[in-house]
Amino acid sequence: MDLDDTQEQAAYRAQVRSWLDEHKSEAPVLEGPDAIKDEAAVLAARRAWQGKLAEGGLAGVTWPKDFGGQGLGPIEQVISNQEIAKAKVPGILDAIGVGMLGPTIIAHGTDEQKTRYLGAMLHGDEVWCQLFSEPAAGSDLAAVQTRARLQDDGSWRISGQKVWTTNAQFASYGLLLARTDADVPKHKGLTMFIVPIDAPGVTVRGLRQISGEAEFNEVFFDDLAVDASAVVGGVGNGWGTALTTLMFERVTIGLGSEGLGYNSTRFAQAIATDAAARRDPEVRHQLGEIASEMLAVRFTGYRTLTALQKGQVPGPESGLAKITIVSGAIKAGDLIADVLGPDALDEDSQWAYMISFLPGLKSAGGTEEILRNTIGERVLGLPPAPRLDKGIPFSELRSKEKTAA
Amino acid sequence: MNLSLSDEQEFLREAARGALSRVKTFEPTREALDGKPDALPDLWPTAKEAGWPGLLIDEQQGGAGLDAFDAMLVLGECGRVLAPIALLGHLPATAILNDAPAGASLLEDLATGERRAAYLPVSPPDDISDAWSVDPRSGLQRGDAPSAVADGAGARVSGQLAFVPDAPGADVLVGVALLDGKPVGVAIDGNADGVTIEPTTRYDATRSLGHVTLSDAPATVLDAPEESLASAWLLAQALIAAESLGSVETALDVSVEYAKERHTFGRAIGSYQAVKHSLTEVLRQLDNGRSLLYYAGWARRGGPDEFALAASAARSVAGRALDNAARTMISVHGGIGATWEHDAPLYFRRAQLSRRLLGGTAHATDRVAGELLTQADAA
Repeated sequence: MDLDDTQEQAAYRAQVRSWLDEHKSEAPVLEGPDAIKDEAAVLAARRAWQGKLAEGGLAGVTWPKDFGGQGLGPIEQVISNQEIAKAKVPGILDAIGVGMLGPTIIAHGTDEQKTRYLGAMLHGDEVWCQLFSEPAAGSDLAAVQTRARLQDDGSWRISGQKVWTTNAQFASYGLLLARTDADVPKHKGLTMFIVPIDAPGVTVRGLRQISGEAEFNEVFFDDLAVDASAVVGGVGNGWGTALTTLMFERVTIGLGSEGLGYNSTRFAQAIATDAAARRDPEVRHQLGEIASEMLAVRFTGYRTLTALQKGQVPGPESGLAKITIVSGAIKAGDLIADVLGPDALDEDSQWAYMISFLPGLKSAGGTEEILRNTIGERVLGLPPAPRLDKGIPFSELRSKEKTAA
Repeated sequence: MNLSLSDEQEFLREAARGALSRVKTFEPTREALDGKPDALPDLWPTAKEAGWPGLLIDEQQGGAGLDAFDAMLVLGECGRVLAPIALLGHLPATAILNDAPAGASLLEDLATGERRAAYLPVSPPDDISDAWSVDPRSGLQRGDAPSAVADGAGARVSGQLAFVPDAPGADVLVGVALLDGKPVGVAIDGNADGVTIEPTTRYDATRSLGHVTLSDAPATVLDAPEESLASAWLLAQALIAAESLGSVETALDVSVEYAKERHTFGRAIGSYQAVKHSLTEVLRQLDNGRSLLYYAGWARRGGPDEFALAASAARSVAGRALDNAARTMISVHGGIGATWEHDAPLYFRRAQLSRRLLGGTAHATDRVAGELLTQADAA
């Protein structure tokens, strides 16, 4: 058991570090007095920087070489991320595309799709978004209602609404889960599509949250036309394709859980500024309890990494770390506000922002309640609750639900 | 990066599970609680046979030369079956002796288990107090560390330590005393003049405890470095954390099995969200605790500056985890879980006492805060 690099890993780290030493002056400045202010300029600079990181081999590290990646393992991606953080330069702009959607296309896409989309995605020339969740399909993702209808000429017409879509406001493409057959049970009638975002029939609207900022979007589809070549992984196989994306989502979260900035060091620094708070037994006790759990998550991440190195795939138990991080950060925000008083709730305060962001994060990537169901059933082996939707054609579900109510 | 068990560690754990599966612990514990303490099995021969007494002693001194994480694996197995075994006292004592050339002559018999040691727990200073201190008999005010006066090549030690794990019957007591205001390691013969050990138990019959009174007791002064003296306290925290998490594992297993079998209103109770979520919470705390055992296991040698943080965090999480696991075990089992016939009360008793020994879980939680606040100053 050790936390040190192997010889190969140390060599890779040195290589990444020397690239960053040489190029970090080219990175966009996003914080401090010299930060770029204009949003369009920030975006352009971050796209260009992603392109440089890709050329330097620091992005898409786990992607096959054929598609511009390095063909290395998750540990090398983590080393690259760690060195990027240490160099205090921004990471890639399109973490969702490169971390989750690109790997899905690599696993299920056609050769044409791989050739057309992957290079531009990796270099930040075309940013991607994930079009899975809907107002009535989140934790129960297979309940999506966005409808894709096959036309006589083999093309598809797509109508419906997606929500919680990060980066849609500047994305070129999205990976969209749609219903193509409503007369079969809900997991079977789904198909995955590649859709353009800047096409007629697509409307993107910012979705403001508690903080007042819009980190997410709603995306509306009104008879969007796409070719047969837009299907990823085959018609009717959308659920299996979506599971691949969700598996890569778990890997991304497992490897970068502390990247959210919710960690014991940051919380302790906020308390340490107040001389009375740092000697207050109640404050110390709460900080100690919160910090212990946040520290645990760091080492859970290392355990995940060890498993990945051995070729194992993280299962639903990695959702436990997400529950710990979110509930720990909520408690920490509350404690810090108790210590700092109303100043912590100043609209410009990092703590006000964190306190506002967390209630929604509790439901991100599956609500905490559904995560606990899944873990209880798949990890502990507890029996599932009786379900009313098993084996029932999607088109009949609504009337069944009404009868049951 | 490698946070998995080595083949040797897997073997150590499996061997421990095998050895402990051959002894009965639950029924004798109930009998002991009913006033028959002799019903408890003597597990020291099992420990000797398995080589556990020498786990943390160097090979050239007759030990196995292993590290904290290996010892934590064994304690975890003991915790799984609530085994009354004197390792919590013995192992930190041997860790101090192993770091002190002056204690070398004691090691051979302690490594084989021919003789047994008990650690006299003295907590090191923290960010608020620069005093070494001991658990009090009662209340929140911590007591003074034992004091020593030089006596020829050795010293004479005086002081009082309450609720010392595994002190009754120990051949050697190893701890910390203040000599001219400076902490030094001391080894004291358990049968020497000036040593009184008052055996006691509280609530959990599997824990042998003793109130130790030292009155000018003759001691060997150990030339272990000060870090080693602090590290022994932290090692004890990590060991009791590992032991607690072992108990959480079996409490969870038993509860999950029952939740699958027991039906109400036509469904297995484990299919109800309220039950499922409470068991998932036990798993969440267990998993966090396990991760912190890795942290503590790595830090003792790999990152000694972080050992105080790691071991204290492990203790903090494990203490809460065991309390919650025991309470959940009782509630999942319904009324039967609160009866004398069931094993759940034994886990509950273990949880309540464990959280109050060796400074208590709260003391460890406070040290986590102190370590992080100190780090924040340095940043």
